[in-house]
Amino acid sequence: MTKILTRYGDGSAVELTETELMEDLIAGTEDAADRGNIPVMTQDDMDHLADIFKCTHRVVGVDPGYECVLSYDGAPIKMLRTNVTSDRILAMQIYEKLLGADTLEMGFVDYSFKPIKPILTFEEPLMEQALLMTTAPIMYGAQPNLGRYSQPDGPFPNPAELMPMGKIKEAQESYELAVDAAVKDMVDVASSMYESGVDCILLDTVGAAGDADALAGLMTAEILRKKYPDIGIEMGMAGEFVLGMHGSLEYDGVRLAGLYNHQMLELAQKAGVNIFGTVMNTSTTESTPWNLARAVTYAKACTDIAKIPIHANIGMGVGGVTVHDHTPIDVTSRASKALVELCNLDGL
Amino acid sequence: MQISQGMRLVEAKAYVAGKLGVAVKDLTDPIIMTEVRTDLKLGTLHAGARSAKGIEAKHNIANLLDIEINCVRNFRKNTSR
Repeated sequence: MTKILTRYGDGSAVELTETELMEDLIAGTEDAADRGNIPVMTQDDMDHLADIFKCTHRVVGVDPGYECVLSYDGAPIKMLRTNVTSDRILAMQIYEKLLGADTLEMGFVDYSFKPIKPILTFEEPLMEQALLMTTAPIMYGAQPNLGRYSQPDGPFPNPAELMPMGKIKEAQESYELAVDAAVKDMVDVASSMYESGVDCILLDTVGAAGDADALAGLMTAEILRKKYPDIGIEMGMAGEFVLGMHGSLEYDGVRLAGLYNHQMLELAQKAGVNIFGTVMNTSTTESTPWNLARAVTYAKACTDIAKIPIHANIGMGVGGVTVHDHTPIDVTSRASKALVELCNLDGL
Repeated sequence: MQISQGMRLVEAKAYVAGKLGVAVKDLTDPIIMTEVRTDLKLGTLHAGARSAKGIEAKHNIANLLDIEINCVRNFRKNTSR
């Protein structure tokens, strides 16, 4: 019987029979459907996904007509992290001219909004120079990162210390103060970069510190949309659902704790977001077929209802891709093809 | 078109193809698009001497696609009195 070569979520290789492949696809889609209260994949979609895994080519690509655009996460920072010594404008030129990037991104090495505010006078002219020299749209990306607002890094009592002491109300109050401070910082930074000419503000890894973090992202988007009607705003999520670290926070009357991405998408659209980045977490102990079936199920729940473009997060540990810095091309290309073709994604 | 108009991909491809006067399938053909982009001065991957590049190309893109590009608006403001 033909063996299908694939990997576990940690990247280690595994051989599956066709029966095992179908079992994993069914289990993956059922897991997502059960958690997110969303439909499982159709049999046709499951068969298409199976064909992608049965293909013996090392690298696969989308069928003609499914080509989509790519947006990036901390692009110039990735150059520095991989020991390529380049300033950020040079990094963007490399992305545009050598890598053929559809969009460019300029982020500060810390990649959080709070520490950018004191150095805006350096960020603005750099952005303006980059915009003169490049043609692709440029995003300015950073995270709400509410962790930056609690002691010892920030001004407010640390909720993670208060909660174990039973001080739940005090922890919630600290989160609420952090939301107000973070929104102010994000609006200030985004306003400066927009007025310097940037095409899009990327609110990245929204919800990383839980529901307060998600609320800060939504409130920032709403304020920016009212202030600058034609500003581009991309919101990328931190995980497949919002952790209820506060537990009671609401946006537009909807409790944020526990929301899955298709539910966050609806709030993001109301807040004025232009592009939504959906995230599906990878399980290291399950196979790629299991993880990818799960990712497709989650992503399709977004694209089926979306009024705005959806860019799925695909990379180390998300979007059905293995949790490894050097992601295997057999997995990334299959994840890209499957998500784009089965979910009609607008971008990755 | 996604960033400035919030258009989904299918709609955005059709809009751009219409403005460029090409078929949607041509948008991902590097041979056809290099010729189209050179003719319309929209910038190319390998932009040679005297070709439109950077903000010059974006000025032409904004006009052709009939959209506002934020930095082009700033550029026009700073180059007029």
